[in-house]
Amino acid sequence: MKNSKAKRKKKQPTKGAVTIKIDGKEITAKEGQNLVQIARENGIFIPSLCYYEHIDPPLGTCRVCICEIDGKPAPACMQKVKENMEVRVNTPEMEDTRKAIVEMMFAEGNHFCPACEKSGDCSLQHMGYEMGVSISRFPHLFKDRIIDFHPKRMIIEHNRCVKCHRCVEEVLTKEGKQVFSLCNRGNETVVGIDYEQEAKLTREEALAAMQLCPTGAILVRGKSMAKPFGDRQFDNQSVQKEEQAKKAVVEAAVKAAKEKKVIATISLAGCFGCHMSMLDIDLGFIDLLEVVEFNKSPINDIKKFTQQCDIGLIEGGCCNSENVETLREFRRKCDILVAVGECSIWGGLPAMRNMIPLEECLEEAYLNSITTVAGEHIVPYHEDLPKILDKVYPCNEIVKIDYFIPGCPPNPEHIWKAVKNLLWGDQYSILYSEFKYD
Amino acid sequence: MEAEAFSNRRAHPELLDTLWEYQNQHGYIRDEDLEQCSKEFDISSIELEGVISFYHFFHRRPAGKFTIYLNNSIVSEFKGFQRVREAFERETGARFGEVDPSGMFGLFETSCIGLSDQEPAALINFLPFTNLNTLKVRQVIAKIKQGVPIEEVCDEVEDNIRYVPPGKRAVFFREYFPGNAITKLRGLSPEQVIEEINRSKLSGRGGAFFPTGLKWGLCRQQPAGPKYIVCNADEGEPGTFKDRVLMNAMPSLAIEGMAIAGYAVGAREGILYLRAEYSWMKAKLEKDIERFYRMGLLGKNVAGIEGFDFDIRLQLGAGSYVVGEETAMLNSMEGKRGEARVKQYYPIERGFLGLPTVVNNVETLCAAARILELGADHFLKAGTATSPGTKLISVSGDCHQPGVYEIEYGMTVEELLKLCQADAPYYMQVSGPSGECISMADKKRAFSKEDLSCGGAFMVFSKHRDILQILLNFTTFFKEESCGVCTPCRAGNFILQRKLEKMKLGLAQNSDYEDIRQWGHIMQIASRCGLGKTATNTLIKALDTFPEYFEVKQSDGFNRKFDLTKATEAYEKFKS
Ligand SMILES: Cc1cc2nc3c(=O)[nH]c(=O)nc-3n(C[C@H](O)[C@H](O)[C@H](O)COP(=O)(O)O)c2cc1C
Ligand code: SF4
Ligand code: SF4
Ligand code: SF4
Ligand code: FES
Repeated sequence: MKNSKAKRKKKQPTKGAVTIKIDGKEITAKEGQNLVQIARENGIFIPSLCYYEHIDPPLGTCRVCICEIDGKPAPACMQKVKENMEVRVNTPEMEDTRKAIVEMMFAEGNHFCPACEKSGDCSLQHMGYEMGVSISRFPHLFKDRIIDFHPKRMIIEHNRCVKCHRCVEEVLTKEGKQVFSLCNRGNETVVGIDYEQEAKLTREEALAAMQLCPTGAILVRGKSMAKPFGDRQFDNQSVQKEEQAKKAVVEAAVKAAKEKKVIATISLAGCFGCHMSMLDIDLGFIDLLEVVEFNKSPINDIKKFTQQCDIGLIEGGCCNSENVETLREFRRKCDILVAVGECSIWGGLPAMRNMIPLEECLEEAYLNSITTVAGEHIVPYHEDLPKILDKVYPCNEIVKIDYFIPGCPPNPEHIWKAVKNLLWGDQYSILYSEFKYD
Repeated sequence: MEAEAFSNRRAHPELLDTLWEYQNQHGYIRDEDLEQCSKEFDISSIELEGVISFYHFFHRRPAGKFTIYLNNSIVSEFKGFQRVREAFERETGARFGEVDPSGMFGLFETSCIGLSDQEPAALINFLPFTNLNTLKVRQVIAKIKQGVPIEEVCDEVEDNIRYVPPGKRAVFFREYFPGNAITKLRGLSPEQVIEEINRSKLSGRGGAFFPTGLKWGLCRQQPAGPKYIVCNADEGEPGTFKDRVLMNAMPSLAIEGMAIAGYAVGAREGILYLRAEYSWMKAKLEKDIERFYRMGLLGKNVAGIEGFDFDIRLQLGAGSYVVGEETAMLNSMEGKRGEARVKQYYPIERGFLGLPTVVNNVETLCAAARILELGADHFLKAGTATSPGTKLISVSGDCHQPGVYEIEYGMTVEELLKLCQADAPYYMQVSGPSGECISMADKKRAFSKEDLSCGGAFMVFSKHRDILQILLNFTTFFKEESCGVCTPCRAGNFILQRKLEKMKLGLAQNSDYEDIRQWGHIMQIASRCGLGKTATNTLIKALDTFPEYFEVKQSDGFNRKFDLTKATEAYEKFKS
């Protein structure tokens, strides 16, 4: 691998200095240098995932670095700076486009960060935070992907690969043979690994491969928790410090004297985490009761609707027939329906079963688990029990959902700010710290 | 080192041919073939798997003694695809995507095979079968089962040349004497050839309209060498078949064009990249190449011009639409996955093997040959001042005269519709799925560079066709054919296909249309190559062009299509 880097490092002929403009800021650089690099050196953050400074021409696969170059959208990592180049990084359109591309990666893969070894040390997750991705605008595709345990040293988690090409280009054996290659095409594209070649890699080379992967797709056995939770590079602060701080201006809190509104809440296929989060405004809850009244809700244990409600907060998606019926009842009884938390928005953790046929899931859980005795157990089925659905459905596939509050769970401030906004039109903004959920 | 500008891997120009040999030997590439091949080329087996799995005509499992590829393009869909598909399954006993138990027949779908004027059409062992219907499928399969040689069962492909401009202004479809163009090179310097092409204002016919003379001139100026001429005969854009007709009717015209380009640019070798769907023309083309060698019009001192040596070979593709994109084609020729390259260099700077390469479409090269033969003035006589010459348009769909029309630039949509006898035109797709859709409000628009630019396909659909079905077919096509390298195209087409499927279930909300616009726009600006950049053109344009079709009823808050009984069906198995 070392050898390939050396070979491909292009000697940069010393050229004249040029002046370029990034978001209005004048910057002097050497002609022909890479734009992402120059921006980075000057404290301007251009998101990137596949860019690797020594690969030339750059891979240009992920497209998250898209900026306006001389008025036209183009990937920044592909640009060599030249005199009078004018770059606009943070226009609303470019910000949204980059964010959309990261969201696409989340929609396309199966990323369950809380259960991921790389969480906290993952470039994709980092990009998500930096761009304020709190929910993917795209429907999750739930593509069935495998986890490949065959390689000697590595485990390939296909659910997390973003096909950036880095491993394909960079991980070579001593004889210069590829260990990885993209296989298939279109949405079937996966990165395949050669077991024979992989076995030839040293442990150090395998670890380097794990390092260069921007996601948790390449894991090395016994080395999966390199950076433990809590010790993570982007846990507390954005790399775009000032900008973020400026954006995060908190608007005024609850305005006085309002007509009492009626709220209903429910936890469907969720873990009650979102409800715990609702309670987490602590004493604020008492203030809240001044202006709202709870109808059907686990919070007061009212089981049946007694009146039409202004707003219904739904935690969890639908995994069984009872969920579906309850949700439909909420739709009828609430003027506004809000999906709270990832599970109700797209299925969340319970949707981890969506890639596996129901039959297999139930058999694994009830019949073939290590604690079951063959022939002594059955899959529970009774007419009084709710029926399990073939997959976990997001709420908006069952009824119309008016609003979505993302998070796992959403921060309590976030939930109530949104609710107040919906009920009384209060202005609000959400802090960086309020959309970090891990 | 320079030659490796696009990858750290070595190029293997013979790889595709070798893979075809293995594939043809056993009908698929066996594990032992893969192993052998990986030794032969000294590359890892995963790299090989990567290449093989990119091209949909390569198989890693048995694909039947008779491998049947049924075209699933939109024209085929409207002309009875579903019934023909069922007939094939019934008659062969195989299911699509599989091989029948005896291993005799393998059934597969494939995207447009360039026979849109005679759909539904299929390839069986790469021989053409056109105008299929249930009865014909039964007869064909019966004959194959009886052991009639497949060459005797297959169809003769009609050229269907329907129109040429009056007054001898035709450029392509006129009397042709092989060699007349090449021999014109005698006495002309390369610069004079380029000048003549420049004067004709010929621009690329592969869809991008880049001025051909300019391309040649720029390549000529490149100091590196040797240089290459590539004839792009991949014609993958659904609904396009004009290159097929050109090559079938006058196979050597493109060869002459290549030699002329070679002379102008200073190249010694030309490669004709033929899509595998046109394998049935391969022998014919090779025979003509040989004939040209015998006539002294290829090889050493071409046409007696001292010092001008030019060789042409044919490279067969293996099933991929994006390979038609020139940089993807270069990768494919190097034995790699046909992924488009990043736009760091133009092919004329670093192309095949990293060396200066001109890639031109078949029609472009044929036009160049004609311009040299007849003179730029002849070419300038036809068409309009800014778009001179004629253009080949492949017309298909709901009209009585599908086929190829050599029109003069400046002809209007209305005129063409009349010529092809379209009774009730409503929705027209210009330049294939990556182009644009127009309605009868555009009937006065004229085919030309500045108004209605057309890569060569013109599909006509009448009012009773479902627009959503058209759009879903196109998006599925792009989803299948995306090379998978960049996020917006790989994921975006998949996401939009799901969205259209949802809309097909009657679940469209107004917000879905807004999503299509916004997401489509993101794909347009962020994708890496032309495929992703153009994949949503039609989708977005259709919303504006056919608003009456897209009006939706507001939903009442309940998803009526969610079927609780169906969703609990899997669970009901556990009822004891
Ligand atoms: C997705 C895609 C597919 C293409 N397919 C073809 C094709 O099948 N045939 C072709 O001649 N050009 C095709 N092109 C255009 C080529 O990239 C290139 O512009 C053309 O071959 C140049 O030749 P010309 O200048 O003679 O038109 C395609 C482009 C894209 C982006
Ligand atoms: S790879 Fe990154 S984004 Fe994906 S699950 Fe792991 S931590 Fe999350
Ligand atoms: S495995 Fe990792 S490095 Fe390789 S393509 Fe996937 S995301 Fe990129
Ligand atoms: S736009 Fe599509 S075809 Fe082109 S490079 Fe990207 S994924 Fe490949
Ligand atoms: S960082 Fe520019 S395309 Fe990936």
